Amino acid sequence: MSDLIKLIEEEYKDVRANFPTFNAGDTINVHVKIKEGNKERIQQFQGTVIQRKNANSNGETFTVRKVSNGVGVERIFPILSPSIEKIELLRQGKVRRARLFYLRGRQGKAARIKEKIG
Amino acid sequence: MSGIIGRKIGMTSIFSADGRNVACTLIEAGPCVVTQVKNVETDGYNAIQLGYAERKEKNTPKALKGHFKKANTTPKRKVVEFRDFRVEFEGQVNLGNSILAHEVFKEGDFLDAIGTSKGKGFQGVVKRHNFGGVGGQTHGQHNRLRAPGSIGACSFPSRVFKGMRMAGRMGGNRVKVINLKVMKLIPERNLILISGSVPGPKNSFVILEK
Repeated sequence: MSDLIKLIEEEYKDVRANFPTFNAGDTINVHVKIKEGNKERIQQFQGTVIQRKNANSNGETFTVRKVSNGVGVERIFPILSPSIEKIELLRQGKVRRARLFYLRGRQGKAARIKEKIG
Repeated sequence: MSGIIGRKIGMTSIFSADGRNVACTLIEAGPCVVTQVKNVETDGYNAIQLGYAERKEKNTPKALKGHFKKANTTPKRKVVEFRDFRVEFEGQVNLGNSILAHEVFKEGDFLDAIGTSKGKGFQGVVKRHNFGGVGGQTHGQHNRLRAPGSIGACSFPSRVFKGMRMAGRMGGNRVKVINLKVMKLIPERNLILISGSVPGPKNSFVILEK
């Protein structure tokens, strides 16, 4: 990437610094600002990170998956999005790939991820 | 019309004030040098000519060397004429003056970008003219999925009309994209960040006009 583009993207360094470092397999809780009319409230979305895309660029996104009432729900967040209030790292998972799409076909016990120790 | 010459650096995205993710193109614009001033008396119209990017002395024809010498500058690679440049600043644009991006544009301005689109080579009608193709693989179709179909009638007019859209060389044309917004200016580095995409590959020349 060109140095000059890095110069532009540098501006969002502080936004990144606010968040913990997390990777695929980790369980996180994303606090998302939601606008309803002119009221603003915060919604939490808790689940497993199944991928991070376009790392270290302004276009970086991450996908969080959770199972809600037996239905799998995935949400994609741009990491620099101003609507993300906070990200909490709840549990670090031990996985052997960067994209955990295999979780989509699994339920219950089979969808568990080992915890990273140390 | 006022404007400036620049070079495309690449694309990125930023979040606008209302929280929307905007795709942007970064352009290194200027500093440009006024290499010629045209006016009604001598040339029949008002215009200025700007030069941008250094050119090796040994690669410059003698005639051009003289042209740049008149403006008291070094030879430039890209030279563009802007008609009726910045009438509001008349008198300030003189031969040999240098013009910077932030003097011409402000944040929030809308501008047009002109570049040479990427060459695509010899392309068929589906890619080149957005034809639909045949639309199905069955019902007797064999090898005509992306064919143009009929190009005209039979014994009358017994020729193909001029301008009939067919396969051929695509890309490498001068393309203008209008109404791009200036998202950000960085005067120290001569950088200008504009919304949307700009024709051409990275490092290609781009003309920005207002």
